[in-house]
Amino acid sequence: MSLSVARRGRWLGWALVAASMLLVPLGTGVGSVGLENLWPALWGDGSDSASRAARDMAWQIVWDIRLPRTLGAWCAGALLGLAGAVAQGLFRNPLADPYLLGSASGASLGVATALALMGGGAGMVGSAKGAAVTLVFSGHWLVRLGLTGAAFAGAVLAVLLTLALARGVQHTLRLLLAGVIVGVVLGAFTSLILLLSPDSLQAMQAFLLGSTGFVGWTSCLLMAGVWGLCLVAAWALSRVLDGLALGESTAHSLGLPLAPLRAALVAVLALATGTAVAQTGLIAFVGLAAPHLVRAVAKVPHGRLMGLASLMGAVLLAAADLLARGLIAPQELPVGVLTAVLGGGYLLWLMHRRTGPGGLL
Amino acid sequence: MANAPEKIAIGADGISASIGKSPILHGVTLQLPAGRWTSIVGPNGAGKSTLLRALAGLMPCSGSVHLLGRPLAQWHRGERARALSWLGQNEVAADDLMVYDVAMLGRLPHQPWLSPPSGTDHAAVEQALRATQAWDWRHRALGQLSGGERQRVLLARLLAVQAQVLLMDEPLANLDPPHQADWLLLVRALVAQGTTVVSVLHEVSLALQADDMVVMAAGRVLHHGACDAAATQAALEQVFDHRIHVRQLDGMWMALPSLQRKNNQGTKDVPA
Repeated sequence: MSLSVARRGRWLGWALVAASMLLVPLGTGVGSVGLENLWPALWGDGSDSASRAARDMAWQIVWDIRLPRTLGAWCAGALLGLAGAVAQGLFRNPLADPYLLGSASGASLGVATALALMGGGAGMVGSAKGAAVTLVFSGHWLVRLGLTGAAFAGAVLAVLLTLALARGVQHTLRLLLAGVIVGVVLGAFTSLILLLSPDSLQAMQAFLLGSTGFVGWTSCLLMAGVWGLCLVAAWALSRVLDGLALGESTAHSLGLPLAPLRAALVAVLALATGTAVAQTGLIAFVGLAAPHLVRAVAKVPHGRLMGLASLMGAVLLAAADLLARGLIAPQELPVGVLTAVLGGGYLLWLMHRRTGPGGLL
Repeated sequence: MANAPEKIAIGADGISASIGKSPILHGVTLQLPAGRWTSIVGPNGAGKSTLLRALAGLMPCSGSVHLLGRPLAQWHRGERARALSWLGQNEVAADDLMVYDVAMLGRLPHQPWLSPPSGTDHAAVEQALRATQAWDWRHRALGQLSGGERQRVLLARLLAVQAQVLLMDEPLANLDPPHQADWLLLVRALVAQGTTVVSVLHEVSLALQADDMVVMAAGRVLHHGACDAAATQAALEQVFDHRIHVRQLDGMWMALPSLQRKNNQGTKDVPA
């Protein structure tokens, strides 16, 4: 038994890498135009203009839309999984969620404000439905950039507000309460803005539900870069989380400089969450579920949990994105709806298992 | 009792501390000798745990604390963590950690940042886990253990630091009698090697097995002396309102409950 436990983490890691390798090519083949139609067009000889046009179109679908979208879902999931692992370690609460510090509500407020300022015209970009996706890459990328920037700025400002209200990062409970308060108050402001500017309601809804539909190469690279940075930082800081798992005083007695390390972890959490939310909207439960699923398979220290939770989140969201496109093709579901339903079910099961006769607690 | 200043492991000079707005310690002055086991006893709310935290530098207090002759504030964080190991009472611990990883956390003060555990670290962890008979569950998660088993793992974490000074708050919580006896033997062995042990113990009979005893009440030290001294035992009976009697049994000092009730004048009544 002992050996299998020690090896489980490694097996899980390889399994998740393998799942990713499978999901990414699959992701390029699922959608309104199926692979059976794309494949011949992709490798068409291009002898006549019709065939060349079909080939260019097919390459555009795969290269400009589906590949960045699939990789984007993977990266956003990795960011959320990482943020979830950091949040659960930092708040020493297995049900902590990366959106806890107010980043989600801040990003929503940022997007709502930007939409209201730009008027309803921006709504087409956010709605992520079929043809509207191409608008992102044609004329409206400035709008898109504006919305992304607004979401990111909102997330960071909300986290700073939470930290200011909690007077620092020393008190976990105060931090959690401040996060809840910021979430409620900013949520109310968002509702007010939407009430005053009903034109932006539809686009806002797409953001709130979360969608990977309008992730381009720029977003993709941005998320990948931030993920790499956050992963290294979180791994370097993971000993603090291990120490904190034995209680704050014990961590302190072990000589860990808690205040600066905690601040650094909050920064990692805000950066990872803010980046993911700004690109894909509020995707529910991935950040919460990914570290749990990892821990259900292998008990690993936080250093390895960071990488595994990232991979788990990435696989979860890439798979959910695939399902969202494939379930009712050629129509598609917002991926956030899917993760909310699946994640909610998982959470219920977790609660039941924890309180039930065979539960862990 | 040692008198020379270099023999003092921890010294407290007029320390006062509060939790929130309520003061807990009122100017405690104490010199705990090195290479001895001192137990701290007193009624509930006497400030025993707070004193231990203050001595470990885990809570702000006025006055000064000296560790091995140097003010606590002058110690570098990591250096202090290698010299002094602290075990808290009812500290939350994540259920998902593996026993071996928990004990390895005791080696944190010895490891440079980002470097993997060395052979010395692994040896220290194994020795600590074997000392508390927790080695067999090294691959189990903390959440799968009973309260007593968990406590033995946390004790192993404390031992793995291999510190000169060990501060333990209720180390015997949830331990069954055989493991309590094992703990006593372990502490004796550590003290024989020159380690200083300071423990807060609820169980007065176990506390009486220490070398010295600090008797506390209402945030003050009432008495500090050898456990086998009559004055210490008198202070002990007094602080518990004469509801215990200290008696010798098989060469060991024991505290037995007194079943006689007292009236308001302090004269003894017949049992009800």
